[in-house]
Amino acid sequence: MCAPLQRSACALALLAASGLAGCGSDAAAVRTVVAVDGSSTVAPLTEAVAEDFQRAYPGTRVTIGVAGTGGGFRRFCRGDVDVANASRPITRTETAACAAAGIRFLEVPVAYDGIVIAVHPSNTWVDALSVDDLRRLWRHEAEGQVLRWSQVRGSFPDREMHLFGAGVDSGTFDYFTGVVTGVPRDSRGDYTSSENDNTLVQGVATDPLALGYFGFAYFEEHREYLKAVPIVAAPGTTAVPPSRDAIRAGAYHPLSRPIFVYVNADALAARADLAAFVDYYAEHAADVADDVGYVALDAAALRAVRVRVAARTTGSLFGGRQDSASLARTLTARLALDPAP
Amino acid sequence: MSRLAQRARERVIEGGLAVCAGLSLVTTAGIVAVLTWETVAFFRDVSPLAFFTGRTWTPLFFNQQFGVLPLVAGTLLVAAIALATAVPAGVISALYLSEYAPPRVRRVAKPALEVLAGIPTVVYGYFALLFVTPWLQQWIPGLTGYNALAAGLVLGVMVLPLVSSLSEDALSAVPPGLREAAFALGATRLQAAVGVVLPAAWSGVSAAVILAMSRAIGETMIVAIAAGQQPRLTASPLVPIETMTAYIVQVSLGDVPAGTTAYRTIFAVGTLLFAGTFVLNLCSDWLRRRVPGAVR
Repeated sequence: MCAPLQRSACALALLAASGLAGCGSDAAAVRTVVAVDGSSTVAPLTEAVAEDFQRAYPGTRVTIGVAGTGGGFRRFCRGDVDVANASRPITRTETAACAAAGIRFLEVPVAYDGIVIAVHPSNTWVDALSVDDLRRLWRHEAEGQVLRWSQVRGSFPDREMHLFGAGVDSGTFDYFTGVVTGVPRDSRGDYTSSENDNTLVQGVATDPLALGYFGFAYFEEHREYLKAVPIVAAPGTTAVPPSRDAIRAGAYHPLSRPIFVYVNADALAARADLAAFVDYYAEHAADVADDVGYVALDAAALRAVRVRVAARTTGSLFGGRQDSASLARTLTARLALDPAP
Repeated sequence: MSRLAQRARERVIEGGLAVCAGLSLVTTAGIVAVLTWETVAFFRDVSPLAFFTGRTWTPLFFNQQFGVLPLVAGTLLVAAIALATAVPAGVISALYLSEYAPPRVRRVAKPALEVLAGIPTVVYGYFALLFVTPWLQQWIPGLTGYNALAAGLVLGVMVLPLVSSLSEDALSAVPPGLREAAFALGATRLQAAVGVVLPAAWSGVSAAVILAMSRAIGETMIVAIAAGQQPRLTASPLVPIETMTAYIVQVSLGDVPAGTTAYRTIFAVGTLLFAGTFVLNLCSDWLRRRVPGAVR
């Protein structure tokens, strides 16, 4: 951005640029605003992209709210914001609300969010945990009750268990508790909680009796100091260890999911600043995804998403489907089937 | 004319000085007012009995519990470990500096000790987390990555100069006559130091210890980094705990909505902390004023 001394020169340059570009309705204002609201899980990614975008396009400011996916869609379908951050596909009801208000939208998958259950590398007893094990361990009824490994499973040693997990302000917390206990934010409170994933990694990596959960990218970065626990989604199914491929294929279930931004199609057609932001997002999300803890789309999916964005293809790939089992699989499959223009 | 101008100038300077002095008073009054206001609001939602006697602290979670004891226990545990480190080491080094060290050594050693006080606490915090804890883990198998022990030991090192410097002041202030009388009766240096000088400086040394305790209880960065963030009612120094200060940091860094009970917990905890350190500081002040022969 401009250094203070150069500010006036900068402003002049901007004026000249916007005059030359002669773009749309907002040409008079030096700064235009792209309004984003929605999921707190997606917000860090959008923030990271917006930070780079604003450096490249100093004339546009991006404001990012964290009203939650549902709250974001409510505002989006009223036309209050141009972009909705969403940690799940849009529902049928929300699609109907948007349609009623005459709002058409682009659906842009931007990354995958995956959560890793990790233990100390010296932990020899945990080979896998089921979602049901996790539920009995993390629900609020377990607070002050489930304190030893042997209480999770009889075959585990009768030793203390030290829990580490997301802080209540993080999207990871909402997602994990929602998937594991069935009720978002239903969690025990007697564990080391932090919004800073590095704190959690440090805690688990230095404590042989620890178990913690955090974003996949943090696990991958510190793989040698941690051991990931494979997850059994349902009784009778095989345990799946977390990996980039498993997350992208939807096999690491239910602790991974695709995340999206939704864009108002008419605003996108009318406003150059919004178009610049959305194109920038589709182009650069993969570069910053890992830095903020997510898994970038694979190359084929990225290409397909860029084609959809470039063609301004409206509508959802999911038709209101919400079951997380098939979301990632659906995403890959639907993107591949999506015809190039 | 010039006399008048001078008098006016004097008055302006006096006024400026008074404003400066008043500023800290006003700030203190403001802090106390805000703390009181929010704490009163907090206790409208949460019964003081539950706050002071509850054994579970989970104000941010599904099952909200407001028992502050785990945070108090964590704070006292870390402070106790810190004092167990700082008091013996501090008093002994003070005795050495005042009774044994040649003036030349004292001139170098005392400022050198005080340099410890100039190290930023965030450096101490990571020193505890990344150096002291891994080192201790070689000897103590059950020690977890975040623990009260390493944080307490490093906190002890941090308050060490406070104890040694203030104790040394108190010991040096003991009238030389007492020492000479002891020597005249055939006392060795050690007998004079431990049997006569130290008891004579008792109130000054206690004041130093209490001030160090107040400092240890209020210290934030070291415990937030190295002691963990899990409110746990335990006396074990080997597992993660959370202190009152670390809790306040944790909530302040997040985005708990202002005006909620969860948000007001930080003011209730802050008031408790403030009350604790305030009483300790008063005690220390009172003791210090009783130092014989020392006017400070």
